[in-house]
Amino acid sequence: MTTEQQVIPRRRGHPRRALTITIAVGLTIGSIITAFPFLWMITSSLKPQSESIDYPPTVFPQEPTLEHYLTLFTELDFGLYLFNTVVVVLISYVGLMFMAMAGYAFAKFDFAGKRWMFFLVLATLMIPVQVTMIPTYLIINSLNLTNTLVGIALPTLVSGFSIFLFRQFMTTIPTEMLEAARLDGAGEFRTFWQIVLPMSAPILAVQVVLTFIAGWNSFLWPLVLSSDQKLYTLSVGLNLLNQQLAVNPSLQMAGATVMVLPILLVFIVFQRYVIQGFALSGLK
Amino acid sequence: MKRILTPYVFVTPAMLLLVAFGIVPIIVAAVISTTDMNISGFVRPENINFVGGQNYVTLVNDPQFWQALSNTGIFAIVGVPTIVVVSLAVALLLNRSGNAFFQALRSFYFIPAITAIVAVSLIWGYLYNTQFGFFNYVLSLVGVSEVQWLSDPILSKFSVGLVAVWRGTGLNTIIFLAALQGVPKEYLEAAAIDGAGGWRTTFSITLPLLRFAIFFVGVTTTIAWLQFFDEPFVLTDGGPLGATTSMSIFLYKEGFRLNQFGYASAGSLVLFAIIAIITIVQLRLRKVSDDY
Repeated sequence: MTTEQQVIPRRRGHPRRALTITIAVGLTIGSIITAFPFLWMITSSLKPQSESIDYPPTVFPQEPTLEHYLTLFTELDFGLYLFNTVVVVLISYVGLMFMAMAGYAFAKFDFAGKRWMFFLVLATLMIPVQVTMIPTYLIINSLNLTNTLVGIALPTLVSGFSIFLFRQFMTTIPTEMLEAARLDGAGEFRTFWQIVLPMSAPILAVQVVLTFIAGWNSFLWPLVLSSDQKLYTLSVGLNLLNQQLAVNPSLQMAGATVMVLPILLVFIVFQRYVIQGFALSGLK
Repeated sequence: MKRILTPYVFVTPAMLLLVAFGIVPIIVAAVISTTDMNISGFVRPENINFVGGQNYVTLVNDPQFWQALSNTGIFAIVGVPTIVVVSLAVALLLNRSGNAFFQALRSFYFIPAITAIVAVSLIWGYLYNTQFGFFNYVLSLVGVSEVQWLSDPILSKFSVGLVAVWRGTGLNTIIFLAALQGVPKEYLEAAAIDGAGGWRTTFSITLPLLRFAIFFVGVTTTIAWLQFFDEPFVLTDGGPLGATTSMSIFLYKEGFRLNQFGYASAGSLVLFAIIAIITIVQLRLRKVSDDY
């Protein structure tokens, strides 16, 4: 291709640069507006209560204090909520393993019933949570799992979409490698564990990060399935603080910060995987 | 382990869970929706009676159902184009340059999409507060008197919707940015050589090539608005006077506050049917437009 050598006319070089700078400025203003609620959250969490309901409001705390964080973990049960949330996230990783296994079976095995099973996987993608909400509550209740962390994690443990993603990726693993492992006497689980999973590292990383975010943020099921305060996750505990707005916004903002900050850290560290994962959801 | 059993061992745990919490609930919902199951039937199954289509008849005559349905319609009709246009515009602007600064800006737009809704709603609720909220303070600087962000029936729809737009933009921007990677550079260069300006190139080349992405975002955003729940639940609890009660809030209240399991199940199936019909119509429309 010779056209690649052609240089785009440079005549409009200067106005173009000016336009790019204008856009950069506009986008920067937009991003500040987008991020402002989070800045507001953090600065407000450091204000004494009296300052947080002062009028006119201050953006930066005049006398910064960490007292609200102390209140959350000493007078309120946020330590317990945090623990529960971490347990729910850990349980959902068991589900991740199940989904990887299922994706592997769909990608690399032929078996009777495979087609309709995979159809079921895709069919569940279309069912809205509003329909499953009440029946799931009844099912979890009949299993005596309401007010347990396992019960809270169970409804979202596997998702059709993740199984689908695993399957798509694992189809690209060369079958010869699996055959070679089997010839060497590796069992099926060892093959899965030592060959399939490491080779699926890119998709696995995306899913590990997304599972963390989803589990950490989950709100509906913990809300519906836990009536015992001992089993509240951070999101439900935070919702409890909702009723206290008129009283102490600083405390609420401290609670919100406890919930949001870990996600921000995960995002900053694993940004590539997060964005990749969400972009995947936009592919055919 | 026998080779023939291997795939079943791998597939069974996930399939069991998927059937138990994806497929069975649909059947249970369909069955319950034909009964009068409520809290007494929940405690004692013998108190559940078959009522046929009675729940559906009640639904049609329930003004709250119609209010929730029309609210959901308003949210979808205003919200879908807003999110698609805003996220597409942000994506096109972000795509202008690949340098580190533009890369860093991407993250800012994306953060609202991954943060917990409860936390987000608390923050916005504080910003919206009538007495000491930041928004009213900023407006007071330019002489606007106290705005009732969350307690005015019309404005509350806007306030709640704004939070959803703020949250929904980042994710869709990412999807558009991914799609923009697929636009061949040669096309844009050819257009530039032919003397096409920025606007012309965007409208005549880039946007047509993004057709699928726009369609995809349109469909998923529609479904999301039809299921709208989190923001009004935490910010207004569906108020004032039901002005922000979406279908999902209506179903949640009937099901878990009033314990009308049968009635709420009937409503949920109606919502499901509406979502399914709208999605199918959108898919059809796309087929028709592709035939050109």
